[in-house]
Amino acid sequence: MNLLAQSRKQAKAWGLLLPAFLWTAAFFLTPLAIMALYSLWQRVGSRLVTELSLGNYQDFFAKSFLWQSLVNSIEVTVMVTLVSVLLAYPLAWILAERVPRRWQRLALILAILPFWTSYVVRSYSWLLVLSEGGILSNFLLDIGLTAEPVSFANNRGATVVGFVHFFVMLLTLTIYANLVQLSPSYRKAAADLGAGPIRAFWHVTLPLTLPGIMVGAFLTFVLCIGDYITPQILGGNRELLLPQAIMLQIARRSDFPMASALAMILMAVVSLVYLACARWLKIDRV
Amino acid sequence: MRGTLLHLLRSLPIWAYVLLLYGFIFLPVGVLVLFSFQDSRIPVPPFNGPSLRWYEAVFSDARLLDALTNSILVALLSSLLAVVLGFLAAYALARHRLPFAGLLQGFLTAPLTVSYLIIAMGLLITFNELGVPKSLLTIGIGHVVINLPLCFAILYSQMGAQQANIERAARDLGAREWQVLGLVTVPMMWPALFAIFFLSVTFSWDEFIIAFMVSRFEVTLPVEIWSMLRSGLNPKTNAVGSFVFLISIATVLVLDLVVFRSRKS
Repeated sequence: MNLLAQSRKQAKAWGLLLPAFLWTAAFFLTPLAIMALYSLWQRVGSRLVTELSLGNYQDFFAKSFLWQSLVNSIEVTVMVTLVSVLLAYPLAWILAERVPRRWQRLALILAILPFWTSYVVRSYSWLLVLSEGGILSNFLLDIGLTAEPVSFANNRGATVVGFVHFFVMLLTLTIYANLVQLSPSYRKAAADLGAGPIRAFWHVTLPLTLPGIMVGAFLTFVLCIGDYITPQILGGNRELLLPQAIMLQIARRSDFPMASALAMILMAVVSLVYLACARWLKIDRV
Repeated sequence: MRGTLLHLLRSLPIWAYVLLLYGFIFLPVGVLVLFSFQDSRIPVPPFNGPSLRWYEAVFSDARLLDALTNSILVALLSSLLAVVLGFLAAYALARHRLPFAGLLQGFLTAPLTVSYLIIAMGLLITFNELGVPKSLLTIGIGHVVINLPLCFAILYSQMGAQQANIERAARDLGAREWQVLGLVTVPMMWPALFAIFFLSVTFSWDEFIIAFMVSRFEVTLPVEIWSMLRSGLNPKTNAVGSFVFLISIATVLVLDLVVFRSRKS
């Protein structure tokens, strides 16, 4: 009898779980599986060849503009992640340690305010600053550094600036959240044991904030390497990043199999990075 | 006197750094908003305004207004569904001992680790294969896929032991399962439910790549703004961007007020 009641209760629990489970299975797992299958098909002319082969993956390594897009993506993403961490850490530290407590909340809200503009619009705003005749070009003309309007858009630098702008805000948040949870007694102990402020920071504070850095850096890496908007608006088409190459396969050539193979490669890169930093990524430690 | 001066001098680099970084963070947004009031046709210096002509242009643009309505519709409905599905799943896993619980948790949160671009492509290929026409419905489906794992994970983490005790008390007093859920758990978790609903709304509201790929004629606001970008720098884009910014800030303020007020009381 007890057992029967138990199993009836469990059946109810399964019932509650089922809608979310089915949704994820139908609209997340199935599409991924179909995409994986597609990546083994091929598009020849306007025809879909449904014979399984690794041709798309071979093409990826054979066509230099394809694998170059992956190299570009990794270079840009690593650079963005490094620069963002280096810029965000001092800001998070100052907010947590030097700003009076009652002002911290306001300072933090201000620091992430531009988060709430639309993502597309935010990239466009950088175009206003960086393009020919824009704010920066105008400023340089005014102070006499250049004689002609210059453009800073449509290159890798512009992409990096646009990305860094977004991810500095994100990393400031994760590092700040980590810093304010550190008990001041650690630092006091280090000072009592004769460590100067720099040594105490290097050997005590910094290692203890590694989880915050890593969570932020991982999020930065994943969101950055999969983003199409920022490189498309700010970087232009002279140098392709992987997401741009994927969209190109779909929009210009309707080559879904090749696009699927590229998406699989993107997923593999993200998974590798996840495995590499998995031990730092326990969210509850932040 | 000398001490404070020295102290100020020493902390000068710190405040210079803060100022510089805040300047960097606010520069593009400031430029965006300022030149939305531009009177001429290009949103670059010199500034000649202020003028509201581009806001007038935005509010008399039927396509933009349609996209705005679509965005609000998709954001509200997809978020509602994501919160309901996420809440039921979180309740089932937090309150019942189920076999493979860890695996199920991993499965439900898996979409968080995959780029939106890949989710979008998977859905596009699947809808194409099945012959499902691209519409607001397909966009909404995609937005539930990205918001459901977030709703589930956050609500699951909020279901503490104290609430479980109150639920048990309700059950002991004769409440049925749906009564416990609707009359005890939901009211207790109201602030968390509200917060995650609004978070989902802001994500859906701002989502571009899925909406771009699985839509055709009916589009959401980010997609419509994207197609405006083809005309290059244009004060009208500034105006619509500033307007979106205003709405987002208002949403965040409402969220902050409601959640924090209920926490204080």
